[in-house]
Amino acid sequence: MTLRLSHVLLLVTALAVAACTNPNRFGAGGAGGAGGDGGFGGAGGIGTSGLGDPSDPRSVAYFNQTVGDRVFFAVDQSVLSADAQATLRAQAQWLNANSQYSAIIEGHADEQGTREYNLALGERRANAVREFLISQGVAGSRLRTISYGKERPVQVCSNESCWRVNRRAVTVITTGAGV
Amino acid sequence: MTPFFRTLAALAALAAAAFGPALPAAAQDGPLRIEITEGVIEPIPFALPTFLAEGREAGRLADQITRVIAADLVGTGLFREIGAQAHIARVTSFDAPVAYADWKAINAQALITGEVGVRGGRLTVRFRLYDVFSNAQLGEGLQFQGSPDSWRRMAHKVADAVYSRITGEGGYFDSRVVFVAETGPKDRRVKRLAIMDYDGASVQYLTDGRAIVLAPRFSPDGNRVLYTSFESGNPRIYVMDLGSVRSRPLADQPGSMTFSPRFAPDGRTVIYSLSQGGNTDLWVQTIDGGAPQRLTSAPTIETAPSYSPDGRQIVFESDRSGTQQLYVMSAAGGEPRRISFGEGRYGTPVWSPRGDLIAFTKQHAGRFHIGVMRPDGSEERLLTASFLDEGPTWAPNGRVIMFTRETAGEGGQAALYTVDISGRNLRRVATDTGASDPAWGPLLP
Repeated sequence: MTLRLSHVLLLVTALAVAACTNPNRFGAGGAGGAGGDGGFGGAGGIGTSGLGDPSDPRSVAYFNQTVGDRVFFAVDQSVLSADAQATLRAQAQWLNANSQYSAIIEGHADEQGTREYNLALGERRANAVREFLISQGVAGSRLRTISYGKERPVQVCSNESCWRVNRRAVTVITTGAGV
Repeated sequence: MTPFFRTLAALAALAAAAFGPALPAAAQDGPLRIEITEGVIEPIPFALPTFLAEGREAGRLADQITRVIAADLVGTGLFREIGAQAHIARVTSFDAPVAYADWKAINAQALITGEVGVRGGRLTVRFRLYDVFSNAQLGEGLQFQGSPDSWRRMAHKVADAVYSRITGEGGYFDSRVVFVAETGPKDRRVKRLAIMDYDGASVQYLTDGRAIVLAPRFSPDGNRVLYTSFESGNPRIYVMDLGSVRSRPLADQPGSMTFSPRFAPDGRTVIYSLSQGGNTDLWVQTIDGGAPQRLTSAPTIETAPSYSPDGRQIVFESDRSGTQQLYVMSAAGGEPRRISFGEGRYGTPVWSPRGDLIAFTKQHAGRFHIGVMRPDGSEERLLTASFLDEGPTWAPNGRVIMFTRETAGEGGQAALYTVDISGRNLRRVATDTGASDPAWGPLLP
């Protein structure tokens, strides 16, 4: 009984930590979030697994929080900034060290743009990230891209403070060595 | 040609050509006065006594039908209804002579009379249109028959006939719109494919909202809809048969994303965008599984293609110049010609069904506009301005444009609006939920 309770407490604590660190981390509906609250269909046979302990450098939680799962872009651009490149080098290191995982790179745009163009722009951003990770030694077969265009903002205000975090590419770690 | 008709035809010509900011006053040689001030046309007053009916069911339908006809006509901005309380004459029989003097006295320039009957489960709607100041009927009386639950469509058909006789243009009321119904918060929007009458009535939902759906497009016959869905994880084009409400994916290529589809006027060819390796180009294929053919091969974004009504040319957007701009190209491919040269970015071009104009979305200085220009890029004219207007679609007669307007901020909502090609008569289409990405279908048979 005591043991079970401590387990529950541990789980609750872990969730709370994750939530505080980045409440919007899964806001994009993540590629793994099939059919959930975001309201999209199954993402094509993607496995689900625990995020693990964020203090364990091999955990997905560590990747998301410490390595950093996302990079940001200038308006209407898909060029990777120096900051973005630093994040992606760390992502590549992590992926190279944890070859049991694959990744889906989600490209997003802010709401300032037409729907079709933003889909294409999101794809361009996701692809820029994929190409960079490949240049850092990650096998292309482990990296899939998807674009959400402007359909899944993480911040919902209509000014630059929100738009700059919505113009993003998010590397979503999935299980399995290939996609 | 009666003076009434002549003047109204002049009005129609003006409305169709309402392009320059300063419009000349209509030539006046009949009793009608059409005052045009700063591009605003004085609406034509009409009287529409509630259609006659026998029996309770017919009476209820007659009431509803009359209201829908009035709403259609008033909604164009070209007509104004003279309410029943002002009427002097009472129409007691559909076939009795018209008391023109009584209608002239209240300055009704057009009079519409009608009767509604329900017999053996069949609804019959008859109407006549009169040119009051010419003491004459305008065109023949017409009769529509169908099942009682199609009363709304019959009302639209009456209004289409009236509009068409008075303006000389095709109607657009008996038509449908496919769109995306939106619910839920902005960061987890649920999007469902839906279809409704042009005026927002009779909404039916076509998908369940589990997958994001975008930008539906009608086939020329109105029986099929192309759209983009995230159903399989990646954006992909589907075609839905509206009769069975069944969808199937359009064949595509592994590792690619397909979107922004549109039918060619032949109803068999589909043009769309395909993204692979970060590059988006235009492709075409037949709806029933023909091999995809690549139309553009630029390293830039080519998307939002639309055919000219004769199927010979396409207009699309590309950022090959560094920003989104509009280009016209042969439908067979080849060298595109840029047609947009104003300030800002231009996207989502759509060729008018009349062939004379291209509607587009323009983004400039933090604002969005719906605009129109000639296919050669001349005579650009912006019709709207707001935080976010996008995605124009044409009414079947090429006189009115419907588009998406989204409001700013956390509680931002998308809604559908219409505006006519002179920029007048901006109206919100009544929908129960948020709504975006409209596509206006053909006039129904």
